[in-house]
Amino acid sequence: MVDNKIPAGPLDTKWKNYKGTVRLVNPSNKRKLEVIVVGTGLAGASAAASLGELGYRVKAFCFQDSPRRAHSIAAQGGINAAKNYQNDGDSVYRLFYDTIKGGDYRAREANVHRLAEISTSIIDQCVAQGVPFAREYGGLLSNRSFGGTQVQRTFYAAGQTGQQLLIGAYQALERQVALGNVQMYSRHEMLDIVKVDGKARGIIVRDLVSGELERHFGHAVLLCSGGYGNVFYLSTNAMGCNVTASWKAHRHGAYFANPCFTQIHPTCIPVSGDHQSKLTLMSESLRNDGRIWVPRNAGDDRKPTDIPEEERDYFLERRYPAFGNLVPRDVASRAAKERCDAGHGVGSSRQAVYLDYADAIQRYGRAEASKRNLGDIPKEAITGLGRDVISEKYGNLFDMYEKITGENPYEAPMRIYPAVHYTMGGLWVDYELMTNIKGLYCLGEANFSDHGANRLGASALMQGLADGYFVIPYTIGNYLADEVGKANETVNHPAFLEAEQRCQERIEKLMSIQGRQSVESFHKRLGKIMWDKCGMARSEEGLQDAIRQIRALREEFWSDVRIPGNILEMNPELDKAGRVADFLELGELMCLDALERHESCGGHFREEYQTPDGEALRNDADYMYAALWENRGEDGWALHKESLVYDVVKPSQRSYK
Amino acid sequence: MEHYSMDLTLRVWRQRNCTENGRFETYQVSDISSEMSFLEMIDVLNERLLQEGKEPIAFDHDCREGICGSCSMVINGRPHGPWKGTTTCQLHMRAFKHGDAITIEPFRADAFPVIKDLMVNRSAFDRIIQAGGYVSVNTGNAVDGNAIPIEKDKADEAFAAATCIGCGACVAACKNSSAMLFVSAKVSHLSLLPQGAPEKASRVLGMVAQMDKEGFGSCTNTFACEAECPKEISVLNIARLNREYLAASLAGD
Amino acid sequence: MNWKQLFSSSVGRKLVMALTGIFLIVFLIVHCYVNANVLFSNGEENFNRAAHFMSTNLLVRITELGLFAGFLIHIVQGYLLEYHNRSRRSSKYAMTAGNLTSTWYSRSMALLGTLILLFLIVHLAHFWVPSRFGELAEVSYAGKSYHNLYGRMKDIFSQEWVVGLYVAGCFSLSWHLLHGFQSAFQTMGWNHRRYSAAIGSAGIGFSIVVPTLFALMPIFMYFGWEIDLGAVTLLF
Repeated sequence: MVDNKIPAGPLDTKWKNYKGTVRLVNPSNKRKLEVIVVGTGLAGASAAASLGELGYRVKAFCFQDSPRRAHSIAAQGGINAAKNYQNDGDSVYRLFYDTIKGGDYRAREANVHRLAEISTSIIDQCVAQGVPFAREYGGLLSNRSFGGTQVQRTFYAAGQTGQQLLIGAYQALERQVALGNVQMYSRHEMLDIVKVDGKARGIIVRDLVSGELERHFGHAVLLCSGGYGNVFYLSTNAMGCNVTASWKAHRHGAYFANPCFTQIHPTCIPVSGDHQSKLTLMSESLRNDGRIWVPRNAGDDRKPTDIPEEERDYFLERRYPAFGNLVPRDVASRAAKERCDAGHGVGSSRQAVYLDYADAIQRYGRAEASKRNLGDIPKEAITGLGRDVISEKYGNLFDMYEKITGENPYEAPMRIYPAVHYTMGGLWVDYELMTNIKGLYCLGEANFSDHGANRLGASALMQGLADGYFVIPYTIGNYLADEVGKANETVNHPAFLEAEQRCQERIEKLMSIQGRQSVESFHKRLGKIMWDKCGMARSEEGLQDAIRQIRALREEFWSDVRIPGNILEMNPELDKAGRVADFLELGELMCLDALERHESCGGHFREEYQTPDGEALRNDADYMYAALWENRGEDGWALHKESLVYDVVKPSQRSYK
Repeated sequence: MEHYSMDLTLRVWRQRNCTENGRFETYQVSDISSEMSFLEMIDVLNERLLQEGKEPIAFDHDCREGICGSCSMVINGRPHGPWKGTTTCQLHMRAFKHGDAITIEPFRADAFPVIKDLMVNRSAFDRIIQAGGYVSVNTGNAVDGNAIPIEKDKADEAFAAATCIGCGACVAACKNSSAMLFVSAKVSHLSLLPQGAPEKASRVLGMVAQMDKEGFGSCTNTFACEAECPKEISVLNIARLNREYLAASLAGD
Repeated sequence: MNWKQLFSSSVGRKLVMALTGIFLIVFLIVHCYVNANVLFSNGEENFNRAAHFMSTNLLVRITELGLFAGFLIHIVQGYLLEYHNRSRRSSKYAMTAGNLTSTWYSRSMALLGTLILLFLIVHLAHFWVPSRFGELAEVSYAGKSYHNLYGRMKDIFSQEWVVGLYVAGCFSLSWHLLHGFQSAFQTMGWNHRRYSAAIGSAGIGFSIVVPTLFALMPIFMYFGWEIDLGAVTLLF
């Protein structure tokens, strides 16, 4: 049994008591301690900035050309916080409860409660940094609702909330760079961690421009390297998102927890052809006003606007009257898949459902007409007014849809289909965000801690910033307090040289294969296996088959991949090869984890385990644990379990009906 | 929307690294679907180059949904190509027709040295932000988010400026390689908000000084930057920067 | 922040261009107003009297020094900026957007400025040098003697190529102003959502009206046209 270091005491005082009693490092000693931060998304940038402010000497690394480009930037919808500004019954407890329930009772109570407590400070901090959140005419912050909740607690900046929050964190980071507290290494990719006497003491990175390997020392290493959704090749993740940093840690003994918990987001633009390189998300906020439907008759080929009301099936409203179109993501995605599998899908691929704004346009149009005292006006005029309102709320999303598909979503309903979006699984961490390797921390999407088996919308940004701004600055001191005054290894320590040698050998091995197939083609094939067998629906047979196929593909990769160019130069194919090689190992572990979990929960849906009406069937008696996988090299993996104890919330069948 | 397929002639800038000279190479591509994005079209070409044993074209790209600001090509003389308010990654092949010749170059400016092929080094932008593009507030110092009401119009205007993705198309489009649109967007974003106002003067002075140091040209108000900006940032921000710069210079100590 | 820093920064140097530009615009207004006399009946006397005032009034003469300084700074700074700006991109584009994203004249201010400078040299040689260094014939009105600058104009503008050159000079000026006028306001920060349309229209109006009036002068003189205002006297 692992020690998750959850403080004793009642749930709502754990974090307060922890902060009050945790060991501190005095300011002059902080200046002597070095912290490495890998990744500069919301978690990494906020952690690097906050630790820099505290006086630690921070080195931050990102593979992009600037820390501002990390994929957090693409988050659209918003960030949750239990401010209860809307007076609609929100509270820390309710945010905590919604998150636990949304996660299908597979997250830790203590972590989630801390997250809910911190959520309010995040908004304050971001406003102070100059994040231009949406505001009401009175000058106060505006809120909207999001899937899986019945209150309005989501703060947003049009459809670009992630961008605005990341730029806030990025600016705070650059301020610390200017002050000399943080050293920034962009276009650098972490290739390995360095362990000395069981503790993480540094990393090996490759300068992606020169191709040179570098050794960097740190008293602690923070992995803030994001999720691994790109294992599916097609996902809403950025092209560069990868699992390499986490995977190297995992290969060094860090447990990988719940790897099969992936989130399939219901509202994405469908695949248009084999050339597709990535999928684009349409913010969940669209489900606030849009209605999702398919034709009642399977194979109905009429234009959507020609299908009369009574021949439409608003399947989410039909199945889940209480939450309607605002059910959590996993539920909405599965329902869409079920309709498409039953032959009701639309579009040329039949793998899409409609997201319709016609009703909302009329509703807003009428409201606007009455607000402006326009009396009886023709339907076209109401439509025009309604479109203006919709355009103000969702204009950038509608434009994006039109750019990609060439179709005008104001005229006809959008076609959407679920796509891989987020990974709830990740490196196992304790309450302090430390992995089971001492001195190695993991923050943000890269860790497993807060979202259980399914993440609610607008909670990823909350978690990334909570970890970086408000958790790690406290918890890291508890470890670093012991490191004060101890001799530092230099980067010439044998452990560093060995690690560098390992990276060098692997790169040389990749380059020496000189086979026939591109890295991309392997990635695509892996993605297809994962999507078909370990995607929205999984089965024992399919997963076993997937494991066999992945192993074969991995072997083929290592004997037939073709990487052009040289090592000591900018070589994007080589960068990609290293990442795909790691995905080829991770894919197997994800299938293994999915295979082992004989239940359906959240984003993990095993076809064998469902209720008669097709809902996920959890098995709390046997599977109320986090699955912690330990890498045993050639011998595969060993499973450890962290039982989840629910002191406050009573797990029940999740119902959104 | 009718889909179609097309053959194209691509003239692409190839350059090994920042020290060697570059040159154009011409490639023919066929059966390009009008549904592809521009970068997916280059993916197709790259896959073919790989099969032919040649080096694929290096280009910066990441999110492919128009927000990270990585992509940076000049397509037929237009940064991010012919569509208004659109990044290269969101540009789709519908913009072209069968038989078109397309010239693809990197963003060119001495302040953005080429790294390889179509990739350039835009770290100058980070250093400009370091020179004052932030609010000096440490974590934990904040008052309640609603303690200071902000007029909706002001907040919206600050947001419009803050949507800058830092791609550098403004520099690429400007005949003087000026970074004024980028710098002014940040200056405006922060000075329009009460939280950013206290550092208004030092921010504009510091950022402009750094901008000059990085070797960008000066603004001659041709407004090509605004026309090419994928986020359609307004040149009114540049006027605001000029105003604030003058005020800071005249009123400062 | 010191003055040197202000005027050596990219924004400050542009500010110098804008301030001198606006000063030169003011000069153009005065110059145009005075010279517009020649378009009207009784223009000879009115214009010669006005020119006399302009060349003898102490205040005007002092301002004239400022004007020379203004020209000189505008020209030198303009060239320095052009050189500096051109050197910011050593590797040129194979293709550019051309007029799709900006106007040709906004990109050609140095070229237009050079044409205006060449014209200015000829123009000074035609009128300013002779009037200052006393090569002009004299006329007398009401017993008082004046330089016959009007006569000089008549002489000079009797040649077709000169008229052509002056009209061409006015075209250069018009395009230079078409960008320069609103650009100066933008540089000084006087551009605002509410006023930008007004400034833009004023700029266009000014850039068309003033150069057109200037261009009409040699044309009128060449053809011997004049507008009869009856008893109304335009100036002085």
